[in-house]
Amino acid sequence: MSTVIIFIQKAIAQGIGILFGATGEILTEKSGNLNLGVPGMMYMGGIGGLVSAFLYENYTSTPNGIVAVLFSFACAFLCASLGGFIYSVLTISLRANQNVAGLALTTFGVGLGNFFGGSLSQLAGGVGQISLPVTSAAYTAKIPWLSELGVIGDIFFSYGFLTYLSIILAVFITWFLQKTRKGLNLRAVGESPATADAAGINVTKYKYLSTCIGGGICGLGGLYFVMEYAGGTWTNNGFGDRGWLAIALVIFALWRPINAIWGSILFGGLYILYLYIPGLQRSTQEIFKMLPYVATILVLILTSLRKKKENQPPENLGIPYFREDR
Amino acid sequence: MGQINAIELKNITKRFGKITASDRVCMNVRRGEILSVLGENGSGKTTLMNIISGIYFPDEGQIFVNGQEVAIRSPKDAYHLGIGMIHQHFKLIDVLSAAENIVLGLPGKLRLNLQEVAEKINALTAKYGFELDPYQKIYEMSVSQKQTVEIVKMLYRGANILILDEPTAVLTPQEADKLFAVLRNMRDDGRAIIIITHKLQEVMALSDRVTVLRKGKYIGTIPTHEATVELLTEMMVGEKVNLDIERPNPVDPQKRLILRNLTCVNKEGATTLDHVSLEAYSGEILGIAGIAGSGQRELLEAIAGLQPIEEGSIEYIAPDANQALEISAMDAVNIGKLGIRLSFVPEDRLGMGLVGSMDMTDNMMIRSYKKGKFFFVDRKKPKNLAEKVIEELQINTPGVDTPVSRLSGGNVQKVLVGREIASSPTVLMVAYPVRGLDIHSSYTIYHLLNEQKKNGVAVICVGEDLDVLIQLCDRILVLSNGKVSGIVDARQTTKDKIGILMMHTVKENQK
Repeated sequence: MSTVIIFIQKAIAQGIGILFGATGEILTEKSGNLNLGVPGMMYMGGIGGLVSAFLYENYTSTPNGIVAVLFSFACAFLCASLGGFIYSVLTISLRANQNVAGLALTTFGVGLGNFFGGSLSQLAGGVGQISLPVTSAAYTAKIPWLSELGVIGDIFFSYGFLTYLSIILAVFITWFLQKTRKGLNLRAVGESPATADAAGINVTKYKYLSTCIGGGICGLGGLYFVMEYAGGTWTNNGFGDRGWLAIALVIFALWRPINAIWGSILFGGLYILYLYIPGLQRSTQEIFKMLPYVATILVLILTSLRKKKENQPPENLGIPYFREDR
Repeated sequence: MGQINAIELKNITKRFGKITASDRVCMNVRRGEILSVLGENGSGKTTLMNIISGIYFPDEGQIFVNGQEVAIRSPKDAYHLGIGMIHQHFKLIDVLSAAENIVLGLPGKLRLNLQEVAEKINALTAKYGFELDPYQKIYEMSVSQKQTVEIVKMLYRGANILILDEPTAVLTPQEADKLFAVLRNMRDDGRAIIIITHKLQEVMALSDRVTVLRKGKYIGTIPTHEATVELLTEMMVGEKVNLDIERPNPVDPQKRLILRNLTCVNKEGATTLDHVSLEAYSGEILGIAGIAGSGQRELLEAIAGLQPIEEGSIEYIAPDANQALEISAMDAVNIGKLGIRLSFVPEDRLGMGLVGSMDMTDNMMIRSYKKGKFFFVDRKKPKNLAEKVIEELQINTPGVDTPVSRLSGGNVQKVLVGREIASSPTVLMVAYPVRGLDIHSSYTIYHLLNEQKKNGVAVICVGEDLDVLIQLCDRILVLSNGKVSGIVDARQTTKDKIGILMMHTVKENQK
């Protein structure tokens, strides 16, 4: 029984970072921008949050948990949206190839994160890990009363606030896309920018905003990983392939953040399943780590068999828009 | 007349690189009036309308709306001024419903109340006599329904000046009549309407005045009741043109192709061709009419071996053979060897048949590269062929080495048709051969088809302009929803009869 509970907890812990990434990327892709820089932006968000928290804790005599959280949260979001902004300038204003710009952003973001992550360890004394006791304690604080409710408390209420934020955000973005005027406009931009333009929608503004905000949300995935999952420490290349998993999850969720919620937990579970299967060798583990991607391919096959228009990616995904193009 | 112009243009000029698409054009339209803007393809009609609707910004000139000078920098500006443009290729989003498309981009409360929108739409449609379900998704709609959505979208936005770009290009004659009735209702309601077209019959039937453009230049404006078809053509082309298409009688027609109960199913599982049977004779032009997407494309592709066949058979009788040859199981290459040629002009002309970035010689070689015996390809013969095609069809190009994509649409089409004809086919299939061509080029192509007919080729021609089909073809087969709804003698039929056949099975299915 307790193994099952721990498995669920770990699956959720693995899933939340991916969920942030997928929600941000869905928002971005709905504007027609296929930003493959998700892993890079997650690193940027992670390092932004970590560095700001480190500076705050080291240069204040009595660091306050709430201030630390607000400060690092804002920095993580801004740092990652900066990644989204770089991508926007390249692809929207300069009309660079989206795939190339996205991959470059990934390389850039990962490098940036590792560079400052490594420097931070040097600053903290050169050897071993840095520690951020106040900030990470604030991030991992559980809900006081609900988390003590036995099994239910363990499964549902034993997480830091970022976990709940990720779910609220996914629900909110779904509502935004489906039920609001701005959301409708954004979907129109991704489906057919020329149509949206003719309808009086400022395509460039929508693309910039959704890509930058989407990037910021991806960055929260990095922040979650650094603060809650890793408890305020940095390991170079510590995120593994979670950024790519987030992109796979976008497809798996059929561009609906609400599906990404349970999808992320499923992905998280599949990702760590190998730890719970006895008798696996180092080599056979890798087969199990493949499962999230297998699930994505299955979804792709199933949706392409059903051919439902609503389940397809935004029609102009990956295609730059230029009004006077003939 | 003492009336304020709803919109007036003065000396509008727009250049794209070295090309001047619009050269000092002036025009005006009043409220409660329908104005036709007439011109051939490439005369700058669409450019001009895009300037009015804010898609392009003019390099020179002034625009006045209701007597005030304005600058229209974006579609949003245009819509604030009450200008609504209905494009030839509909600007609608497939996965959204009609109501969602209509409300797109409008300001309002953050939360979108679709029910309220639907009620407003129903009120509008009732007023002018449209038929529209606000909740229907665009991808489930027919072309004329989509057009309705576009028009309602503009009215919903309070457009007083409506611009329609080639509105009847995709409609049956009956649907066009319905549209005209709605447009007249709107005119009587005091709105200004601009129709862009190259169809003279439409100009005569609908508009109050007509403005003519030629090669980006303004030629003149005359009241429609003073105009004649001959006069307008002369203004449009710049010289007198003989508008009659010759139609020699078929000489010694022999059966070439026999289709029996041909049925095709597309990837989505929908039936695209439903038990189609037909016979094509040598020395004859068989026209194929139908609403866009009724199975014309599938029919030609099935004959050419590009489309898998679910049921039925296709037989080919070679000129000297008595025996019919079953070709339904053969692949495209072998069918091509028999002399059955397909020259399909798709919506984007370069999409199928030609490679845009290659020059004419290379494009000619696509048909012949397999003939060579050596490792290296023979470039000489294709080059000679390319030169011959340029000369015979009067293709306007700097030379055989210019990439095909740099040529204008009409010239690209001539290259495509010219290449297929050069392979001396026994069956020549052409689809929309004159789409987007000016009158001169169109007549060159008609002439080419007639030449082939005289040489004993069985010509199958899919067309969109019924007036032309009736003048050019010997027999016309009408497709409706993938079914043959009738085969008529072109010498005795009328446009209305074909129009009824085009709608035939649609109505049956609805019952």
